[in-house]
Amino acid sequence: MINFLRRIFFIDILKGLAVTFRYTYTKVYTEQYPKEKAKLAERYKGAPRLNNDPETGETLCIACDLCALICPEDLIVVGSQRDPETRKKVLTHYTFDTSRCLFCGLCQEVCPTNAIELTQDFELADYSRRSMVWDRERLETGWDRIEFGEDYHR
Amino acid sequence: MEEEATILDSKVLEVNMGPQHPSTHGVLRVKLKLDGERVLDAECIIGYLHRGVEKISENRSYIKCVPYYDRTDYIAAVSNVYGYLLGVEKLMGIEVPKRAQYIRIMMTEFNRISSHLLWLATHALDIGAMTIFLYCFREREEILKLFEALFGARLTTHAFRLGGLWKDLPPGFEQAARKFIDDFPYRVDEYEQILTKNRIWLDRTKGVGVISGEEAIEWGMSGPPLRGSTVAYDVRKARPYGGYEEFDFDIAVGENGDTYDRYLVRLQEMHQSRRIIQQVLDRLPEGSVHGKAPRIPKPPVGEYYSGIESPRGELGYYIVSDGSPQPFRVRIRPPTFVNLQTLRRLVKGHLVADVVALIGTLDIVLGEIDR
Ligand code: SF4
Ligand code: SF4
Repeated sequence: MINFLRRIFFIDILKGLAVTFRYTYTKVYTEQYPKEKAKLAERYKGAPRLNNDPETGETLCIACDLCALICPEDLIVVGSQRDPETRKKVLTHYTFDTSRCLFCGLCQEVCPTNAIELTQDFELADYSRRSMVWDRERLETGWDRIEFGEDYHR
Repeated sequence: MEEEATILDSKVLEVNMGPQHPSTHGVLRVKLKLDGERVLDAECIIGYLHRGVEKISENRSYIKCVPYYDRTDYIAAVSNVYGYLLGVEKLMGIEVPKRAQYIRIMMTEFNRISSHLLWLATHALDIGAMTIFLYCFREREEILKLFEALFGARLTTHAFRLGGLWKDLPPGFEQAARKFIDDFPYRVDEYEQILTKNRIWLDRTKGVGVISGEEAIEWGMSGPPLRGSTVAYDVRKARPYGGYEEFDFDIAVGENGDTYDRYLVRLQEMHQSRRIIQQVLDRLPEGSVHGKAPRIPKPPVGEYYSGIESPRGELGYYIVSDGSPQPFRVRIRPPTFVNLQTLRRLVKGHLVADVVALIGTLDIVLGEIDR
């Protein structure tokens, strides 16, 4: 009998609905992404950056090629030249193909000088595959985003 | 055609479900033979997500192939990397520091919770409960934030390194983890309040896809679908690995082996995982998290099978080394690949709508099945 009444009055379903109603007036959990950018953890492995020495402005990379060797996707190309005077290797060019990157972080782990670093920047979408191959300049200055018009964020 | 249609003189109809059907959880294609709404036979066609991970690993060094295992079962990336690394560590005899072991266990259990949450969310959504989807994703988001803080990525985490971890726990991690596990039981209660006694849920899941314990073993099932059929087999208990023998937890077992029981088993498992995390946090030893691992690992000639309990069942890595820096062969035993074959057996005689529930209850991930 009780079971019958329960069935008629949808008790089980109303109990479930009680939970959903309880949440109607609580704080909204969702982040409004393009309007407010999520704050990512410090360790987040996002867009790559090739660091410069903050004092001298010279690149930290010593062209040791370790990052290119460890990369599972073989997507880093390090170009170097020996300086005829100091006999040291000097970085000539550096490319990083973000379209194939796994963002596994192995490259930044092996780098002895912390030159290559994966930053908290995560907006990597682009219009062409070619432009996803980042050259040294772009890696050093970071990603200059296309500015959207005023009404984009409406 | 083996079976004749029964309703009037309608013909047996063959229908393709998937590979783009939202409830097939990825790119699974199921060829259904229908008589009216009743399913006579179902054939699973896989391979749409094949990327050749096993072959790729033969051409990468032992360290380099780790990130690819994130991408086999991307919902449980932490477990996947864990299973492989345990195998390589056993092959090479690398000692993992206690603290690293504990953190590994904690993170795999977090991964189990997040994977089960995703399962519950999509399974309920397939059956028609929308709200639960949003609630589960909210809790999963909290776990993904923990992953982000520790591993630096949310889904394809590249969680562990040979011999230990990448870095120790970040500041504030323990408090955040504790806060999560303190709140979590109430959250699960909420899901239960919405679903467990819900009449629609009961009608859609009770008695659907019953499989007995013996039969489940014959099919080679593992994980929650096996435990739902009364068999208390859990690799964490049967062959403890990586320090699991030090923690207390129970194996959740079902009674009838139907979809409803598999649901209850997974809910129970989330509670058990929470218990393990609680114990890890209480007993977390101090010390380093980096073991002594060579920079270029060259395991001695030999082979090792490392089986772990992933959220979906027994996940195995069979690693063969020929002494070179690259594995000679890595064979992955994906749990859902084996579990999925029972779909044909489970759906027979049920309605089309039940097929959706049954695909959901097996908790398949196509990335793992196709590799
Ligand atoms: S993050 Fe991984 S895949 Fe990407 S460049 Fe570094 S090593 Fe290569
Ligand atoms: S590992 Fe670091 S220092 Fe060496 S080449 Fe790469 S970025 Fe330069």
